[in-house]
Amino acid sequence: MLEIILFSLLNGILYGLLLFMLSSGLTLIFSMMGVLNFAHASFYMLGAYFAYTLGMHTGFWPALILAPILVGVVGSLVERFGLRRVHANGHVAELLFTFGLAYVIDELVQLTWGTVAVPYREPDYLREPLFTLFGTDYSIFRGVVILISILMFIALWYLLKKTRVGMMIRAALTHGAMVGHLGHNVPRLFMLVFGFGCALAGLAGVIGGPLLATEPGMAATLGPIVFVVVVVGGMGSLPGAFYASLLIGLLQTFFVAIDASVADILGIFGLQIDPYGEVARITLANLAPMTPFILLVLMLIFRPRGLMGELEP
Amino acid sequence: MLEVKDLHAYYGKSHILNGVNFHLEEGEVVSLLGRNGVGRSTTVKSIMGEVPPQGSIRFRGKEIAGLPSHAIARRGLGYVPEDRDIFPTLTVRQNLELGIKNPRKPGKWKVQQMLDMFPNLARRADSPAGVLSGGEKQMLTMCRTLMGDPELMMIDEPTEGLAPLIVKQIGELISDIANAGVSILLVEQKLSIAMDISHRVLVMGHGQIVFEGTPEELRADDAIRKEWLEV
Ligand SMILES: Nc1ncnc2c1ncn2[C@@H]1O[C@H](COP(=O)(O)OP(=O)(O)OP(=O)(O)O)[C@@H](O)[C@H]1O
Ligand SMILES: [Mg+2]
Repeated sequence: MLEIILFSLLNGILYGLLLFMLSSGLTLIFSMMGVLNFAHASFYMLGAYFAYTLGMHTGFWPALILAPILVGVVGSLVERFGLRRVHANGHVAELLFTFGLAYVIDELVQLTWGTVAVPYREPDYLREPLFTLFGTDYSIFRGVVILISILMFIALWYLLKKTRVGMMIRAALTHGAMVGHLGHNVPRLFMLVFGFGCALAGLAGVIGGPLLATEPGMAATLGPIVFVVVVVGGMGSLPGAFYASLLIGLLQTFFVAIDASVADILGIFGLQIDPYGEVARITLANLAPMTPFILLVLMLIFRPRGLMGELEP
Repeated sequence: MLEVKDLHAYYGKSHILNGVNFHLEEGEVVSLLGRNGVGRSTTVKSIMGEVPPQGSIRFRGKEIAGLPSHAIARRGLGYVPEDRDIFPTLTVRQNLELGIKNPRKPGKWKVQQMLDMFPNLARRADSPAGVLSGGEKQMLTMCRTLMGDPELMMIDEPTEGLAPLIVKQIGELISDIANAGVSILLVEQKLSIAMDISHRVLVMGHGQIVFEGTPEELRADDAIRKEWLEV
């Protein structure tokens, strides 16, 4: 039991950090530019595929750095030559643009890398155990991922709180036009933030690819969950996105790990139902993929502004 | 220095500016007067590129109509909007620092100098600017714009909703800025201030300039005051 709790905790945190790497970029882009980027998870997928292909030439570690940069460049170009023009026609047009973009990227990925998963993996030595508890191994790679995520967030915090560009970004979050009136190039700032957000998604893909799977469906699997994170955390709130990422990461992991059925749970409360009925046999693990969406629905009913949001979505 | 010719501006389909013409010379303080809603803010906003302008706007002989606002600011125009627009989550000091256009080429105004001038700002230098009072916010936005070394500063209703004592302080700051050689286009509702510190006044009505002259001339012209200013 302790073993399950401990490992679920570790894996839940890991998954949560990965979610935050995606949701932080999405949140920054949304609160600064007002664009809900439907293609965000597609940039995550691009990260994984880029790292796979680059890695065949450069090895794992250089690809880990190069792939997110490349995704960031692609993101910046999309902003500069796509979104910026569409922007003139309002938010609905932007939304439709990113929606279309997601499909375009998905199709391009399938054309380039095929419709089945590619064998993108961490090097063998990273699969060795970092430590062994109760006879279960925790791989070095998982430790590395947690470390990279934490370093990433320290860097993000430093960028936003301590640098001049970060100051401009925080100022533009509330008063974009005024930042321009002071002589700062706001369109260029938007391009940088969009590219940076995409690079973060790309990094999530680079480390998420080997952990989950590098396949054409990976954007569609994670995309909706990232949106749930952003809404549950409160649209536009970075701390909110952080807590919601960890919450959903842990919730999903624990549900997968708990080997109990609806009948068992009801049993705890002294309720008996036919243990062989359809409903009774649903296990919590079956429900795991649903938990983010249940949370979303409950959140929208009972606290529409999210954990830490100021406005209702 | 600034020459506006046949300026038109629209919000959607409503035609707000209907051929605005005026000019402003180096070192001048000019006030733009008029009743609520006649388009004074819109004039300033279209010069700054926040509202798309139609017509000609020349600054130091070069056309600036149609440029993005950051490019206009870099030509030497400063803008203090009527809703003040301080950055509430940044500290007072950071607000001032963002006024600097290029940190490698600092201008003649220094952050410390601003803080020395306004003890109320100095006391809150490291607090989020959102906690400042209305008057302090107004001081902060004016100082922040000064940090960018503008040659012409457009200030939109700086005294709106403020107590008389603070109004007086703001009047003094505007005089100080003018004495430092910065030209000023001031949008004001309070005639007394505008008349005191301006070299020339412009009166707006129905999206056009309907009077141009010295404060004395405006004082002498009862008809204009009755028709376009008094409520
Ligand atoms: N964003 C906007 N959208 C539509 N109409 C606007 C907008 N801003 C201003 N207007 C309208 O344009 C006209 C001129 O507005 P403007 O802000 O220039 O007036 P003003 O002379 O500065 O007066 P005041 O500041 O006292 O309201 C007004 O009738 C106003 O209702
Ligand atoms: Mg106004």
